[in-house]
Amino acid sequence: MTTQSTTEMPTVGIGATIWRVIKSFGLLKESWVGMIGIFLVLFWVLVAIFAPLIAHFDPNASIMPFAKPGTVDTSGYTFWLGTDHMGRDILSRIVWGSRTVLTFAPLATLSAYSVGILMGLMAGYRGGLIDDILSRISDIILSFPVLVLYIIVIATIGASGLNIVIAITFASSPGIMRIVRGLVLDLRNRDYVAAAQTRGESDWRIMLFEILPNARGPLIVDACLRLGYVIITIGVLGFLGLGLPPPDPDWGGMVNETRQMAMVFPHMTLFPCIAISSLILGFNLLADGLREISLRD
Amino acid sequence: MVQLLFKRIGFMIFTMIVVSIILFLLLETGLTGDPATRVLGNFASDEQKESWRDQHGYNQPVVIRYAKWLGNFATGNLGTSIRYKGPVKDVLLPRLWNTAILGFWTFAIMIPLSLILGVLSGMKEGSLLDRTISVFGILTTSVPEFASAVFFSALFVFGLKWLPGTSSMAGGFEFKQLILPAMVLVVYDFGYVARMTRASMAEVMQSQYVRSAVLKGLPYRQVIIRHALRNALIAPFTVIMLQINWLLSGVIVVEFFFAYKGFGALLLEASLNNDIALLEACAMVAVVVAVGSQTIADIGYTFLNPRIRFT
Repeated sequence: MTTQSTTEMPTVGIGATIWRVIKSFGLLKESWVGMIGIFLVLFWVLVAIFAPLIAHFDPNASIMPFAKPGTVDTSGYTFWLGTDHMGRDILSRIVWGSRTVLTFAPLATLSAYSVGILMGLMAGYRGGLIDDILSRISDIILSFPVLVLYIIVIATIGASGLNIVIAITFASSPGIMRIVRGLVLDLRNRDYVAAAQTRGESDWRIMLFEILPNARGPLIVDACLRLGYVIITIGVLGFLGLGLPPPDPDWGGMVNETRQMAMVFPHMTLFPCIAISSLILGFNLLADGLREISLRD
Repeated sequence: MVQLLFKRIGFMIFTMIVVSIILFLLLETGLTGDPATRVLGNFASDEQKESWRDQHGYNQPVVIRYAKWLGNFATGNLGTSIRYKGPVKDVLLPRLWNTAILGFWTFAIMIPLSLILGVLSGMKEGSLLDRTISVFGILTTSVPEFASAVFFSALFVFGLKWLPGTSSMAGGFEFKQLILPAMVLVVYDFGYVARMTRASMAEVMQSQYVRSAVLKGLPYRQVIIRHALRNALIAPFTVIMLQINWLLSGVIVVEFFFAYKGFGALLLEASLNNDIALLEACAMVAVVVAVGSQTIADIGYTFLNPRIRFT
């Protein structure tokens, strides 16, 4: 009887949490800023999912170099956004590039959040020496200029998708830890935590099922902002030549490869920049809309 | 106050030492690849590598090497750059000066702009002006520096042909070449400072003393200037100092894009070319500037805010 009730509790908690998250996204229609944000994000998510259907050309195939936007291919298809110096269709590369960004950015953010939340819960709930050590470590990492940190890490461990995720986790989990720690310090003195402690639940259970779900509001807003920021980071690393190795399309890398020709063929750099900016704008507007709604309640 | 000063400076030194250890471990030991291979290239023979290691003292114990390395650093002997075939110091100093010029102009434009916009939108929270400024701020912070550099180049260089597209200053210093890099940095950074100023101003506007100043019939202008602004501008001071940290990241992108011969481009170049001595020096400079500005921000905040100063 008692075991049954304890095993059921978390699923109800998680289900309810997910339901509340969906409902708070539903509330977004009250904020036009948030609506634009969710529209932009959904647009790119759909583009990424249906990339093979939208992109007519192979993103890595050399077809016709230096074609201006609107040039018609010999087979009758139009290069709507032109081609780059290697004759690759820019529209197809942008469409396929959205997959790259929307795979690695959420992955890196998720990884940073997993580490940051665990550190924050430990530091905030346990306190004491663990808190001191974790806080000092995060102070030191956060005092670094971020891009300098990325450059050093990537330059020493090499550029690859996994290494970008590792570098982003390393650089942003301390910031997440600070936020979680602050929220936990506020929440750990609540009655329901005391009740769980009296029930004899383990520390981790209390942290993950009692405290964390109640800290979700600010964390969701922060996750949206951070997702936008991670996309900037991936773009900047690609632009600096430290991103994913070529030839697979990556928005930042596309700008890097063609920036020397931007004075003559501005379309090569312009369109990837519009793509990345609109996606980041989407996440930032979404975060703003969510914050506005959370302040209203 | 004095205690805080010591605590902050102590932490600053502690951070720098930890960072130097991390840098040393990453770049000077075999942890992430053999330094000899990194310097001599993949095709060097084992004897060559061995003699290089001997010559540069790489066969000594790690602790002794670290102590020597740190000693050299502290006394200003930054080593030799492989790429520039000369002392790191001679390469680094002119580059730092160039970046300082760029940073100065960026801040000279960004600070007044973001403070004015922040105060204006914080004065009347939720007004049309407030919403416009905040959405505009989100818009500009959503565009990565390299993208706004592309947009501005397309407009001012390719379209209107007003400004030069590169800032290499090949024919001596030219102010015109500084405009685009500074503009990109200002546009990316001002939104955040404006938002922080707005939050601080909005908080002050709801405080008791501003309300009583309004209620006792002072002119609105005087309430803002003499009562609200003084307190509202304490928090942005910290934010602006911390912005130096962001600027160090921004200059890397902007200097690379516009081929400006500054510190950020040098750091990137050093890392791409495995120029270890140069990379270490650049990274240490970046950390010293970042941690130093944070320390000044903390101490300055305490000094400016009497509520903390006297407790």
